Amino acid sequence: MPKVLIVAEHADGKANPSTAKCVACASAIPDAEIHVVVLSDDSENVANELATLAGVARVIRVDNSQNSNTIAAVQAPQVVAVTDGYSHVFGPSTTFGKDLMPRVAALLGVNQVSDIMEVLGSHSFKRPVYAGNAVVTVETPSDSIVVATVRVASYRSAPNDGDATIDAVTIDAELPVHTRFLELQAGSADRPDLQTAATVVSGGRALGSTESFDLIYKLADALGAGVGASRAAVDAGYVPNEMQVGQTGKIIAPDLYIAIGISGAIQHLTGIKDAGTIVAINKDGEAPIFEVADIGLVGDLFTIVPELQDAVS
Amino acid sequence: MDKILVGLKRVVDYNVRVRVRSDGSGVETDGVKMSINPFDEIALEEALRIKERGDASEVIVVSIGGNDSQQQLRTGLAMGADRAILVDSGETRDPLTYARVFLALIERENPGLVILGKQAIDDDNSQTGQMLAALWDRPQATFASKLEVNGDKATVTREVDVGLEIVEIDLPAVVTVDLRMNEPRYVKLPDIMKAKKKPLDTIDIAELNIEQAPAIKEVNFEPPSDREKGVLVDDVAGLVAALKDKGLL
Ligand SMILES: Cc1cc2nc3c(=O)[nH]c(=O)nc-3n(C[C@H](O)[C@H](O)[C@H](O)COP(=O)(O)OP(=O)(O)OC[C@H]3O[C@@H](n4cnc5c(N)ncnc54)[C@H](O)[C@@H]3O)c2cc1C
Ligand SMILES: Nc1ncnc2c1ncn2[C@@H]1O[C@H](COP(=O)(O)O)[C@@H](O)[C@H]1O
Repeated sequence: MPKVLIVAEHADGKANPSTAKCVACASAIPDAEIHVVVLSDDSENVANELATLAGVARVIRVDNSQNSNTIAAVQAPQVVAVTDGYSHVFGPSTTFGKDLMPRVAALLGVNQVSDIMEVLGSHSFKRPVYAGNAVVTVETPSDSIVVATVRVASYRSAPNDGDATIDAVTIDAELPVHTRFLELQAGSADRPDLQTAATVVSGGRALGSTESFDLIYKLADALGAGVGASRAAVDAGYVPNEMQVGQTGKIIAPDLYIAIGISGAIQHLTGIKDAGTIVAINKDGEAPIFEVADIGLVGDLFTIVPELQDAVS
Repeated sequence: MDKILVGLKRVVDYNVRVRVRSDGSGVETDGVKMSINPFDEIALEEALRIKERGDASEVIVVSIGGNDSQQQLRTGLAMGADRAILVDSGETRDPLTYARVFLALIERENPGLVILGKQAIDDDNSQTGQMLAALWDRPQATFASKLEVNGDKATVTREVDVGLEIVEIDLPAVVTVDLRMNEPRYVKLPDIMKAKKKPLDTIDIAELNIEQAPAIKEVNFEPPSDREKGVLVDDVAGLVAALKDKGLL
């Protein structure tokens, strides 16, 4: 029987929604028994929260003061230490999981399946390559452990009606001290999180300045939406890096995505292809964004956006 | 610091509209423009700047692949790398084996830093740097947008989901770079001529005595599912009506 271990992502005593999505992915493996491991300096709250995830049989707590910051080189050996008896180890395809899981895979002597978007069987998965221009079906060797990251935008969170057992384990591996956390410069949290928001409004290079990007924030606030951006807008310094949507930014799947002054380069589109409805506002009717938009409006954003904001306020 | 090792992977150029072969065996690469993986160009630029600041003595570019990767290595030499190593890998194309190749080269060259891209834009794996750091038992600073070397340490700014994380690492270490680290320089014609005289060594992967990693089989390629063509509306009123229609307002 497949036994899946999921490495939980969490911060400030709360689980990141990515973990519930990994559980949903693991649940698609027939007959899988699912466990979650939490590495923390104090995992109690997170463990209690994760024990309610439907489909999870057991939550494993690994408390260690060296886990106060998430450092892959410190966490990887601890994950490896608890993988005995598991057929699969999954983590989310967020910067947390992308940093940690390949390190785990290498210590276990296997390649990783990056960005699972569909489970076909215990050793068969679909994943995107070439910025989502192709989808490849991969088969992992049946005689070795499967290490994978889960493309979280492909899954809906597992519900919270479960009741898993919680165990604490101690690991006495010597952990490295060659990597030291100094500082986190986190963006403001006063808008809905880009990765979980039902509606996301994004702005591109056309905004032209930090000041003009206010138009996007105002519209987003009127809609209760999260705010994203194209790489060009981030590179130009209009907005911080954590707002970038796309191949090298965040892959998101909101119900409604509104792209404003964004041309629709393939690297951007790969980040939004799972959105429910895509709206494009662009003055160039030939812009590639209109090839994927469900609703398009050709025109100048500087007149359209304030009008739209009024209409939805 | 003595040397910096930089990985240059030959990939389909990022401007190419990639198409899946009709038999599902892969993507069309015949007659398609090939380039250095964009992240690797940034990795090389950063290595060159570190050397130009006097913090490193030599920049070595490495490509693992077929003979045609010489082209990308020559471009790397023209950008300013001192020498190049091509590891002829035959059919092998998995990150763990690549990481083992890099480790074997590290044992030969003893670099103070290995700078790689955060991901190769063909397979989009984002694994090689992290795997190498694990096998080497050294620090990894992934998705870096800023790198400051100070003696036997480095301070690295990483682009993470919530913002920017700053870490300090002991050297030697592996750094993987994100797009905003720098703007790679353009190659000038005289540099291309000079690069022809720089050393480019080829090593057969068999010489490195590397254990072959259990490979993940690629069974079938297919194009992504298409979104249906949408509608154009004339004005804001039309947009609002269309959104209401879909129950989104
Ligand atoms: C390896 C790699 C990875 C990348 N990763 C990403 C990624 O993750 N995310 C990402 O977004 N990009 C990414 N890119 C960059 C991508 O290729 C594009 O360059 C970028 O998405 C362009 O941003 P943009 O659409 O804002 O700008 P542009 O392409 O310049 O488009 C601006 C658009 O605004 C329209 N416009 C101008 N003025 C107005 C106006 N007044 N009213 C209405 N419309 C107007 C124009 O018609 C145009 O279509 C990546 C590139 C590479 C090479
Ligand atoms: N075949 C290769 N040759 C040279 N460098 C490579 C190769 N494969 C991976 N790399 C390096 O590792 C980085 C990450 O690749 P990947 O893990 O495949 O996404 C790339 O950006 C390169 O710097």
